[in-house]
Parts: sequence; C-alpha cells; structure tokens
Amino acid sequence: MTDKISSDVFNRLVDLASLELQEGEGEYLRKELNNQMVSIEVLESIPIDAETGTAAHGLPYTDKNSPVPREDISRQDPHREDILKQAPELEDGYIVVPDISHEELE
Amino acid sequence: MKTYDLPAYTIADLVKTRQISAVEVLEQTLERVRSVDGRSGQVDAAQAQSEEDLNTVHAFTLLTEEHARGQAEKVDQKLKAGENPGPLAGVPYTAKDIFTVKGIPTTAGSKILSNYVAPYTATVVERMAGAGAVMIGKVNLDEFTYGSSSESSAFKPIPRNPWDTSRVVGGSSGGSAAAVAAGEGAISLGTDTGGSIRHPAAFCGTVGLKPTYGRVSRYGLIAFGSSLDCPGPLARNVTDTALALQAIAGEDPRDNTAAVVPVPDYLAEMEKDIRGLRIGLSEEFFRVTYFDSETGELKENPIDDVIKNAVLSVAGFLAQMGADIVVDVPLPHTKYGIPTYFVISRVEASSNLLRYDGVKYGYRTDQPFVDLKELYRKTRGAAFGVEPKLRMLMGIYLSAAQFDKGYYQRALKARALIRSDFNSIFDPGGKYRLDALLTPTTPTTAFSIGGVYGDSVLMQYSDQLTVTTNHAGIPGLTIPVGFDDDGLPIGAQFLGPDYSEGLLLRLGRAFEKLTENEDWRNRRPPLIPANE
Repeated sequence: MTDKISSDVFNRLVDLASLELQEGEGEYLRKELNNQMVSIEVLESIPIDAETGTAAHGLPYTDKNSPVPREDISRQDPHREDILKQAPELEDGYIVVPDISHEELE
Repeated sequence: MKTYDLPAYTIADLVKTRQISAVEVLEQTLERVRSVDGRSGQVDAAQAQSEEDLNTVHAFTLLTEEHARGQAEKVDQKLKAGENPGPLAGVPYTAKDIFTVKGIPTTAGSKILSNYVAPYTATVVERMAGAGAVMIGKVNLDEFTYGSSSESSAFKPIPRNPWDTSRVVGGSSGGSAAAVAAGEGAISLGTDTGGSIRHPAAFCGTVGLKPTYGRVSRYGLIAFGSSLDCPGPLARNVTDTALALQAIAGEDPRDNTAAVVPVPDYLAEMEKDIRGLRIGLSEEFFRVTYFDSETGELKENPIDDVIKNAVLSVAGFLAQMGADIVVDVPLPHTKYGIPTYFVISRVEASSNLLRYDGVKYGYRTDQPFVDLKELYRKTRGAAFGVEPKLRMLMGIYLSAAQFDKGYYQRALKARALIRSDFNSIFDPGGKYRLDALLTPTTPTTAFSIGGVYGDSVLMQYSDQLTVTTNHAGIPGLTIPVGFDDDGLPIGAQFLGPDYSEGLLLRLGRAFEKLTENEDWRNRRPPLIPANE
C-alpha cells in the first residue's frame, strides 16, 4: 500500500496547521492519516452521475423552516468585559497580538 | 425518600406538590455523586490507578454545587410564592462540557480551553433553567467531542461505564451517559455529530435522542462539524427524554439554522397508538465494517447475533402492538457513511479548530516565542491532544487547493445520496412508506478501556450505524433493549423523517410499556449501593 500522505506532504500539513509536534508524534499521526485514507478512498467507488447534486446540509432549508434573516443592525455586545478578561495579554482594553511573521514576495 | 434514581417527571411532581424541596433533591443527588463518581476529571491529572479510581465513574469535569443551589433555591422560592417553576421543577441534570454557561469554566475536554470561563450561556442551558431544571455540573467527553469512547479527553481520569468499570462509556457524550446511568442527575444534555448521543447512551443503557438538525439551537455549543452538530437529551426513560426535548427545542434568533417549525406537544405525541405504523428493517444495518490494522484493509462481518436478536425482538414486540414490520428495506449508501464522515467532519473540524491560537482566549504556551506563528505552533502543539491534531491535518489535506483531489465535493454528493436513500423509504407515496426504521445503535456493546483507543479508523467505524442519520439531518432515538452475555446494555434506535421526534418517542414509549415487567428492566449498575 502506497502512502497517500508522504513525509513531505505531512510536513507541509503540519506547517499549514501551525502545529509543533511532540517527540514521536509525527510518525503516529501520519500512520493514522494514511489509514483513514483507506476508508476515504472508498468514496471513489460510488457511482455518481453528473446529475447528483451536493448537500451542504442533509436537511434542506426552505421557506418553511428557515428563519427570516435578522435586520442588519449593529449592537453593543453586552459581554465586552467578560470577553476581554479571557485574553492572555491586554493593553488599554485591546487584545495584544504578537508580531506577525512575514516574508518578502519576489 | 431518596430521589436520585427516580424519573425526572416524578421528581418534578414531588417538588411541585412540595413533598420534597428542590434543595433536598439536589443534596441527595450530590450525595449519590460523592458515593459513585470518585475524582472529577482534571487536565494533566494522573489516569485512574487506585482501587477506588478503577471502581468509580468519573463522569464529571466540574461539579457546580453553588450554581445548582442557587437554581434549586429559586425553584423553592417560586413554589412558596405560588408560582409554577416549570415542567422540570427541581430536576437535577448535567451538561456535556461543550455547552457554555456564563461564569463557569467550559473546556470541551481540551487543555486548550482548560482556563476558559464562558462569557455567555448556551440556549439549551438557558431553556433548561427556564423549565426549572438544576444544573449540577459539567460532564466529561472526548476532546472537542472527537471520539467514540470518551478516552481522548484531556481531563483524567476518563469516565468508566457504570455497568462494568473496565469498559468504556462510549462517546463522545460519555460523561452524560455515565452520569444518567449512575443516577447522577436524571437528564443530561449531549451533542450528536456522528452518533455522540446515541452511541454512549447505548453503551450505558440509557435513552438518547438526536433531534432533527436545527430542531434544537446550537447557540453556545462549541462547534465540531457545524453542518452536523445536534444538541439533545439523554435520560433513563422515554418520558424524561420527551420532557427535556420539549424544554430545549424551537427556534432561536441567535442561531439561523434553528428551524422555525412549531414544536409539538411531545408528551401527548408519545402516548398515541402505534397500530398501523410501518417500521422498516434494513440488512445494511445488520452488517458491520471494521478496519484490520494488520492488513490495512476494510472488512465486513454480520453483526453479533446477540445484538441482532435483541433488535429483532423489539420488532416482534411492536408487531404485537399492531405495527407493520417491513423487511429488506434498501439503504444502499449506508456503507459510505463513515468515508463521507471522514471527509466532511474533518474539513469542518479543522476550520473550527483554527480559531484556537493563544491570543483571544484559552491556553497560551508558557515557552518563549518570537512571533505569532511560533505562538500558534507552541500553543497548539502543547494543548491539543492527538485527535484535534489528526482532524486539523486531515481537514487541511482534504480541503486545501494545493492537495485537492475532489474528495470534499465527492463527499457532499455522497451525503446527498445518503439523504436520498432515507427520502425514498420515508416517502408517503413510495414503495416502502415507512414511518420509522429500526436498527441496532452500535456494532458492539461497550468495549474495554484501551481496547480500541489509538486506532482512529476502528474507533470511527464504531459510529457506522449512527452516522448516516447525521448526514441526512433526520432524528434518531436510541433506547435500551436488553443486555448481552457479559451484562452490558444493548441499544436499538428508531430513525424517522425530518421533525418526527414525536413519533420516535411514541415507538420508544410503546416498547418501554410493553417490557416494563421484563426482568432485565430491573437491573441496576452494580456500583450503585444495593440498599439505595
């Protein structure tokens, strides 16, 4: 069985997910991802014709069960202080975001 | 009078007629918790080791005694003032630690939210309070609900099955099912994304209801798969399940997927006759696929005879009461349920997980970092367990343009086909014209702790009989239907068309009434003291 998710692809995924892996974790995670791909590959065998649509929800939303959209009116959130209290770092009522890494585009 | 093993409807009656106060009911329930639960789950705590640890339930991550006393006193004060405190007056219940409650820690069973105190309350929790129920605590779950055994929680010790503490409770609402089974609250609120209410309910011998998608608001639910997640109740009997659903169902301006469909009177619906109802049985639900990790192949077996026979006996009882049993009902896309789920749920999970960054709330790494990216890496690396990591990585692989092999689009089409299978069997003008489908809830009874955990594919296939319900958005009700040779509960589920919860409860209640004198109905989890 050829691994769908090679070491190179795996390392790229880890970078995209911004994950630092613990010692020995990478090997286990990659093995499990490839095992999961064995199941996912089963989808290739479903006979799907061009007529088959996609379903974003199993249950369709129609005029009969969909709420009317709220009016687009801004409101002050009543939980401002409680929300700010959760932030690890605050300055003058603002959440501090560390420096954002960047690279020059060629 | 001890109330902890009484049904919620009886407790509410006793409280409303002032034969017992809500505070007394609460104190008795806390007494039961102290007697059977052992250590509550704590992040980074040691796994169960002592003799006591191995023989207690560990359903809770947090007991909210003070909050509960406040709610119970309010119920008693209302009664004293001649007011009606609601249909669940003084009923003690627990909430899966995935629902936010203002001012109370909400962790999702993850280290990354271990210090998070919710600034707002979930709609379902507000509605339970409005009905007079008393929340006694938060209960354990698989981390972010990712699993089918509750073993992946960062909060240790993990819950143990009250019927045999060497077995898992199922998942992901495992703490909910264990608490209800052990008399630690009459009701629990859980969530079901691929079977996470029905699976643990079956493993622990309780009733569990996954409502139609949108029947119950998701506001205040920490998201896993947003197109699949459904909050719902677990309880020890069908009537209590109906009462809880009545309390939490209905539209909600804070969730625009909450359907604007009138909520029927479930207690009235539940007591109607079942004569003439058409109940289907499908061979697709009596076969199980499993993953052989040695060969890396998927294999198929017939379901265990003891489970099959228990489900067929339910059909027999219903036929005695005048239901029509329809066999050989085809649901040909059932076998694609798990592959489809692997794709859709991972893509949605990874999208939802990317918000945990160590900046806005939750855990932040205690290691030095130079920039935002390094903060993300170190925070997520230290505070996500293996399941969130697996789901982030798979979700990105399946959805990122650079790796795109069309899996996601294909899975959305497979979901449409699964939905179409159910449309066809429930079509009132179709060949089968079913009112409900009857199936086993799980491929096995509760497996041993450590027996499956670590094999993410085998674990996922434990949901193979529940997951298509979530893809289709339809409701499902699991009820206990007996025990296997090891004394472990067996569950069977009724599935029905959109918003047919009343009919499913009717079928469950009919079976309950017909079997109320059966010996197995009198069994109680062995860890409950005999004199109580």
